[in-house]
Amino acid sequence: MTDPILATHNLQKSFGALKATDNVSIDLYPGEIHAIIGPNGAGKSTLIAQICGELKPNAGRIELLGQDVTHTNTLTRAKAGIGRTFQISALAMEDTVLQNVLLGAVGAVGSPWRFLFPVLADKLLYSKANDALKRVGLQGDAARRTSDLSHGQRRQLEVAVALTLEPKAFVMDEPMAGLGAEGSKTLTSFLDGLRDEAPILLVEHDMDAVFALADRISVLVYGQIIETGTVDQIRSSKAVREAYLGSDT
Amino acid sequence: MIRERYLNGLVLVLLLAVPLWALINDQPFTITLATRAAIFALAAVGLNIALGLGGLVSLGHAAFFGIGGYAMGILAYHAQTYTPVMELPFVIEGTKSMPIIWLVAMVTSGTAALLIGLLSLRTTGVYFIMITLAFGQMFYFFSISWIAYGGEDGLSIYIRNDFPGLNTLVPINFFAICFTLLCLVLFINGLVARSPFGLALNAARQAPQRVQTVGLDPQRLKLVAFVLSGVITGLAGALFADLNRFVSPTMFSWQTSGEIMIFVILGGTARLCGPVVGAVVFVMLEHALGGLSEYWHIYLGALLLLVVLFARGGLVGLISGRAVAHD
Ligand SMILES: Nc1ncnc2c1ncn2[C@@H]1O[C@H](COP(=O)(O)OP(=O)(O)O)[C@@H](O)[C@H]1O
Ligand SMILES: [Mg+2]
Repeated sequence: MTDPILATHNLQKSFGALKATDNVSIDLYPGEIHAIIGPNGAGKSTLIAQICGELKPNAGRIELLGQDVTHTNTLTRAKAGIGRTFQISALAMEDTVLQNVLLGAVGAVGSPWRFLFPVLADKLLYSKANDALKRVGLQGDAARRTSDLSHGQRRQLEVAVALTLEPKAFVMDEPMAGLGAEGSKTLTSFLDGLRDEAPILLVEHDMDAVFALADRISVLVYGQIIETGTVDQIRSSKAVREAYLGSDT
Repeated sequence: MIRERYLNGLVLVLLLAVPLWALINDQPFTITLATRAAIFALAAVGLNIALGLGGLVSLGHAAFFGIGGYAMGILAYHAQTYTPVMELPFVIEGTKSMPIIWLVAMVTSGTAALLIGLLSLRTTGVYFIMITLAFGQMFYFFSISWIAYGGEDGLSIYIRNDFPGLNTLVPINFFAICFTLLCLVLFINGLVARSPFGLALNAARQAPQRVQTVGLDPQRLKLVAFVLSGVITGLAGALFADLNRFVSPTMFSWQTSGEIMIFVILGGTARLCGPVVGAVVFVMLEHALGGLSEYWHIYLGALLLLVVLFARGGLVGLISGRAVAHD
């Protein structure tokens, strides 16, 4: 078996008395989409924040491409190959859509120390940015101000910025939230193809999307992974049904 | 509404036309006023890079303005007294050459900005304002106690410094120097705003988390912006000292920091020519109202209040509408 691209080992994080991450071990293998589901407040975003280096775990280990990155910061992990999207869009709202993806391209190329050369005249940066916009279907909105975008379009832009980084692993926090049925469908089929470029750790509420996409699903409840398995295993798991999916499934 | 690009052109043409008119009508004092406005504008263009692009609310930019001023004062003082600035470990002579003075002013204020920035950028928000203010005050009190260079009384320089090929004592010539430098720095500022650095800095102000997740360090971007900002304000300080042929601790005072910030906010934060508009309006008010009442700052305060409440893009925003993202 190949090695995982990304893995956590016995990760723990408490906020006061609340165990937001309770001994979580998950991994992400090449070519797969590993979905993390769980009710609101289960600790999904907290887990993602630790994986991306925004929050320090109290205990446990995080590995990226076999390297221990537990004590590195967001910056190092981004450079090492984590492509992250935020649940609450973190975009430069006063900038244009194109500028936001260009930022990704500048980061990917690692060249922010040019002061007198117009960023738009750099063909490499521009084509990287433009490609990413095309892939998520935002090329027609390139010149718009980001704050004028709809909620769903901002989600698409989040994905586009991550694409410019050509990461080793995508880590996405609820990319479908607020997209609407049509948007979810489009993004679902897009992510379906994306897993061949880099595996995706996908936190998602939209169950149709998760069941359509996931190779494996982990169920997080009160900070603990109560089960990991294929779509069918999770669907038929009694524990999961009781804890999370409810009686209607 | 006038497109911002045309407004910028108009403002600069006006700033050039007024002293030319004054030259023809033999009004040297008006030329001096225009020079004062150009220098204030330059100082504020410097702050605008930190404040507008980087979101760094520095209330300590008088430090750089004053360092630039004292760089001029100290070098020219030693030149006019024929004494060396220092003898050990090596001899540094004074100078009356503007280009050398500018270079020294920019290097020293840039170094100060690097050190102040390294310490201040650990904080944000109101703490950043306070720590930059504190650094400015440190320089202020240091200059007061520096008796070798006049202490509280400051330093007078008898003859304006030299620029190759120009008689700098002719007001219009000195105006031309300051105006040219202002245009040059504005041009560079325009390029920087459109560069990869400008793009990243702009994003670091709005969404630092995002900048980190694309593998860039927002703090380092801001630090470089702060240094760039300090260098420009330092250059303006050297010119201001040359305009007055006098430097004193007032250049380091927190009121000076406040005024530089007022130029930026009044004209329009993050707008290329906002600082120019702000400085010009300030000098006009100072001249028109300063004669009528000692308390003319009250009117300035009222205007500032109106702009902050009703025109968030400053006067430039009022005339040209919200900023268009670069094309
Ligand atoms: N910075 C924080 N300080 C204190 N409690 C937090 C913090 N962040 C999250 N929590 C708590 O941790 C739990 C998990 O939150 P979160 O990871 O956002 O859940 P999810 O993304 O699964 O909805 C929640 O109970 C939340 O209130
Ligand atoms: Mg969440």
